[in-house]
Amino acid sequence: MRDMAAAFDGFDFAGGFAAAAAPRPAPPETPMRIAGTELLPTPDGALWWAAERMLVVADLHFEKGSTFARRGQLLPPYDTGDTLARLSRVVERFAPRVVVALGDSFHESDAAGRLLPQHAAMLADLQRGREWIWIAGNHDPAIGGRVGGAEMAELRAGPLRFVHEPRQGAPQGEIAGHLHPVVRVVGKGGSVRRRCFAQDGRRAVLPAFGAYAGGLSLFHRAFAGLFSTELKPFVCGRDAVYAIARANLRAD
Amino acid sequence: MKAIATTRRRKATGLPQRHAEAPPPAILPERFADWFVGRGWTPRPHQLALLANAAAGRSTLLIAPTGAGKTLAGFLPSLVSLAARPPKAPRPEGIHTLYVSPLKALAIDIARNVERPVAEMKLPVRLETRTGDTPQHKRTRQRLDPPDMLLTTPEQVALLLASSEAERLFANLRVVVFDELHSLVTSKRGDLLSLGLARLRRHAPGLVTIGLSATVADPDDLRAWLVPQAVRDDSVDGEAPDREDADTAERSGRAANPDSPSPRWGEGSAPWRAERALGDEGEGRATPAAAHAPLADADADGAEGLAPPHPDRSADAFRSDLSPPGRGEEEGDSRAPPWDAVPVAPAAGVEKPRDTPLALGRGIPVRRGLAPAAAAPALAYPTDGRGRRLAELVLVEGGAKPEIAILDSEQHIPWAGHTARYAYGDILKAIGEHRMSLVFVNTRSQAELIFQELWRINSGSLPIALHHGSLDAGQRRKVEAAMAAGQLRAVVCTSTLDLGIDWGDVDLVINVGAPKGASRLAQRIGRANHRLDEPSQAILVPANRFEVLECRAALDANYLGAQDTPPIRPGGLDVLAQHVLGMATAAPFTFEELFDEIRTASPYRDVDRETFERVVDFVATGGYALRSYERYAKIRKDKDGRWRVANPRIAQQYRLNVGTILEAPLLNVRMTRMSRNSVPLRGGRVLGKIEEYFIETLAPGDTFLFAGQILAFGGIRDNEVIATRTKDDTPKIPIYAGGKFPLTTYLAKGVRALVADPAEWHRLPDTVADWLRLQQERSLLPGTDQLLVETFPRGNRTYLVAYPFEGRLAHQTLGMLLTRRLERAHLKPMGFVASDYALGVWALGDIGAAFAAGTPTVDELFDRDMLGDDLEAWLAESYLLKRTFRNTALISGLVERRSPGQEKSGRQVTVSTDLVYDVLRRHEPDHILMRATWTDAAAGLLDVRRLSDMLSRISGRIIHKRLDRISPLAVPVMLDIGKESVGGEAREDILRDAAEDIIREAME
Repeated sequence: MRDMAAAFDGFDFAGGFAAAAAPRPAPPETPMRIAGTELLPTPDGALWWAAERMLVVADLHFEKGSTFARRGQLLPPYDTGDTLARLSRVVERFAPRVVVALGDSFHESDAAGRLLPQHAAMLADLQRGREWIWIAGNHDPAIGGRVGGAEMAELRAGPLRFVHEPRQGAPQGEIAGHLHPVVRVVGKGGSVRRRCFAQDGRRAVLPAFGAYAGGLSLFHRAFAGLFSTELKPFVCGRDAVYAIARANLRAD
Repeated sequence: MKAIATTRRRKATGLPQRHAEAPPPAILPERFADWFVGRGWTPRPHQLALLANAAAGRSTLLIAPTGAGKTLAGFLPSLVSLAARPPKAPRPEGIHTLYVSPLKALAIDIARNVERPVAEMKLPVRLETRTGDTPQHKRTRQRLDPPDMLLTTPEQVALLLASSEAERLFANLRVVVFDELHSLVTSKRGDLLSLGLARLRRHAPGLVTIGLSATVADPDDLRAWLVPQAVRDDSVDGEAPDREDADTAERSGRAANPDSPSPRWGEGSAPWRAERALGDEGEGRATPAAAHAPLADADADGAEGLAPPHPDRSADAFRSDLSPPGRGEEEGDSRAPPWDAVPVAPAAGVEKPRDTPLALGRGIPVRRGLAPAAAAPALAYPTDGRGRRLAELVLVEGGAKPEIAILDSEQHIPWAGHTARYAYGDILKAIGEHRMSLVFVNTRSQAELIFQELWRINSGSLPIALHHGSLDAGQRRKVEAAMAAGQLRAVVCTSTLDLGIDWGDVDLVINVGAPKGASRLAQRIGRANHRLDEPSQAILVPANRFEVLECRAALDANYLGAQDTPPIRPGGLDVLAQHVLGMATAAPFTFEELFDEIRTASPYRDVDRETFERVVDFVATGGYALRSYERYAKIRKDKDGRWRVANPRIAQQYRLNVGTILEAPLLNVRMTRMSRNSVPLRGGRVLGKIEEYFIETLAPGDTFLFAGQILAFGGIRDNEVIATRTKDDTPKIPIYAGGKFPLTTYLAKGVRALVADPAEWHRLPDTVADWLRLQQERSLLPGTDQLLVETFPRGNRTYLVAYPFEGRLAHQTLGMLLTRRLERAHLKPMGFVASDYALGVWALGDIGAAFAAGTPTVDELFDRDMLGDDLEAWLAESYLLKRTFRNTALISGLVERRSPGQEKSGRQVTVSTDLVYDVLRRHEPDHILMRATWTDAAAGLLDVRRLSDMLSRISGRIIHKRLDRISPLAVPVMLDIGKESVGGEAREDILRDAAEDIIREAME
């Protein structure tokens, strides 16, 4: 656990001096197929299942800032608002029928009670008029009804199963969070470390959506055995999600 | 190999004549005089000068070359003072002398050196070291029963000051010695230490500081650092009078009014007029000042800011020739007698300061706890043009001038690169011709490479070792021991050996690569022949042609004794925040007192009230506009308005995270063996630590040099780099990480002058002189104050190469800003590369044609206004600020490096500072930490100041030369293209390119 937590730190520390580069148009959005189901990853790190009008996000870690503050590290108290604002953006874009949060939505179970009034109102606004499912995570096994939405251990929908923690040997169709995948991509003149959707066509692990949620390299042993050789991450850029070939990936 | 230039050699015997007078007998006690005679030594004048200054209560900066007996000079006043303590009287409680060194090893080394005179003179002095390595039981014992002299590091000083025993430990502190002060003051460690010194003064207002330093560009910065600065009145009108004056005028009035709510001047300082014992304040006075005791004058009205601090405590503390003390402790005063209570001359007329208020009719009780912040002694300090108070200066010049040569190799000097591979044969030959050589290089990777290559050709098997900061400590200690024992012929090392540790009998220093600064070069060369009167021998090995110019300029600088240490920046606000928490940990504080206190420290003398309020607010609740953390406050105001830590855990947290040294993310390198199916086995030896960013560029199987071996990268396991030995003998050499030390302004000027003056070229190697001549033919060479900008086509691109010679950092910033402008001019810049000397930009558009058509003109492109919005806009997205923010967040205590209980639970509570930065920038971009980050980045990573100076300097003096092909001068920077890492601004194109690869892969 210790080295995993340590690896979470230092998200995107790539060096390299930048030069202004000629802007090029973003490539068209590429969907991924998990268990034969077409799913669209967004640069924000959300997953859109158009057929079911379902929006999936993982590891929101609301109130991580105040959790740290309680222990004497007074991180800027803007993470929850920031995460909510980005969540509002994707919700606005897709107008989903149902939103599924894949666990660790709150950094601590009782953190739901610490939401500032303005943030609680923002969340209630988002939930209005749609189904909202909180999958239980290890950080927030029980939110305890402090906010709207249904709490579930896992959710099955068609060929897909939505859980917090990916399981070794799970049948195909598992959509999980928990691991906060990131990967370093090398290209001409440098490398970048970005959040990514880890997927091999059988299962997917979503990147963390929360503003203060760090990343764990795809090459970390926590990922070992989860994916077949078909592992092909979809990497979140600023404007688009990019499918990156194995040869361009690096451990860090 | 021949010496191109050799400096004159001073007579190696005896001291300069003007110093040869006999010391005034009163100054040096007999016991000490005898000891000097017994060793066949004469006390050096500067040693006596320091003694005299300390006796007069005056702090002193001693600038002396290596080998001048600086250490003894620094300790002599304390030893004399301690020796004068009456043998039977109870020992005053607490530490008498604090010695602070930037290096643990140096503190330990110095302790050994000082123990010798202590033992030989049988002085009743207890001397101990305290570093991060000191075992816990010893540290506890030191707090309970402190030694007379404590030799320690800045971090330990901060820890001791934050402990509840601080008052007991430091109330009787007399002397603080700062070693290698020049290296301390330009860092955040120096900032923290300056704040610590301000606090030490509140425990012991009369303490004397002694700074020991190598030569520096501006001694006044260091002199100001050593003494308490006058706290300026922070009242509303801008033209507030200097509080020193205000207080001086007010003082007698205040003294007459015991109800004065917050006396600015402590009851401990006597309003006497003292005659300056030291005659003029001329700098460079190397003769000892007579140790007259200050003349006491009971006329309180005569106070003109000339009172000695604590006459009884400091003035005669260093005199031993007087009778034992009148104890004179008042009842209820827990303090020990000052300065071992040697009576002051004229003894009868002088009262102890605590008596003085009584004599003046002030019924002020005996002080407990801290003295008021502004109770700084009212000595008549020399001041500089900026109104700073200064310590005395004792300057020791001379010593034998070093003999420095630039390597004159038979080999061809390369255009570019930093390996100096051409010179390895010559280096080995030089090692063979000397007893013991130090081979200095600028980076760890260079050290590894040279070490490896020297051994490859080391047919005589000369014992050559490797020493750099990434190696395992045990391995380094071994090398150091072997050096001290004279078992080695050479050590290849980085700046870890820069500082003044006397390792052994070094008779040659070889500096590979450009020295980057004349002062650094002087410091390194000082490693050879650690004796003042023998010349050091040094060889400079330039790695490429520009470095030849730089070496030449450095050599000229050394001729002139020019120095180019960086100027002292204002103190970091992150450090201030750390200190504020530390002070709350020590004892509750009031805002006003602490505000006054911190402003007596020279790096913080200009902090305004609003800034300090924001810093305190930051420490308390994070200082955010969204005030949601009141209940998590780390410090809170109590009902008396004093700030105190909210709970003991906060204090514990402070102690775990004290200090300002932040390591780049490092990973252990563990060497293991392979199993039969080529899987690295568990276990194996840790060789040292390697930077994370380097490993990021490796793929499994890649080979690299580390700890003098070629290793194959196996992967990362449990946060360690797993490596195996390999038979491969061509390691993948890391990209030169360079840039650690940019070319100093001073040397840059020298290089420009050299380039501009063909009459000087005969002093350069032929290859280099020919190169410059060819440049003159094909293009031109800029004058000293001109900027040459060349444009030429190559392939399907055009190139712009500029030669500002302002150092890599300033060039990188310039490159970033130029490409933004070229982008706006639709010239389609594709990237740039920056070296210490030049900057190259390439573009798809025709830059030369654009200049000719005035779209834009070259002057417009280089206009100074780029430092406005363009800079802001770029920085906001730059990872450079993130990197800086990380340091700021850690130092300020926003994010913990270590948290209590972490070791036990094994759970690390970490958060990525990059993510925190992004969130803070989006939501509160003017937060105090963002300001601190920006200031740091502008000064450090971006060199904005230097860029700004350069743009002003060259304004109207830019020469554009449009060429049809690459010029000779442009070759080195063009060769760097592709070796340097150049990425896209948002680095989105790395992803795009990689994504396109997948498409190509799919198409094939």
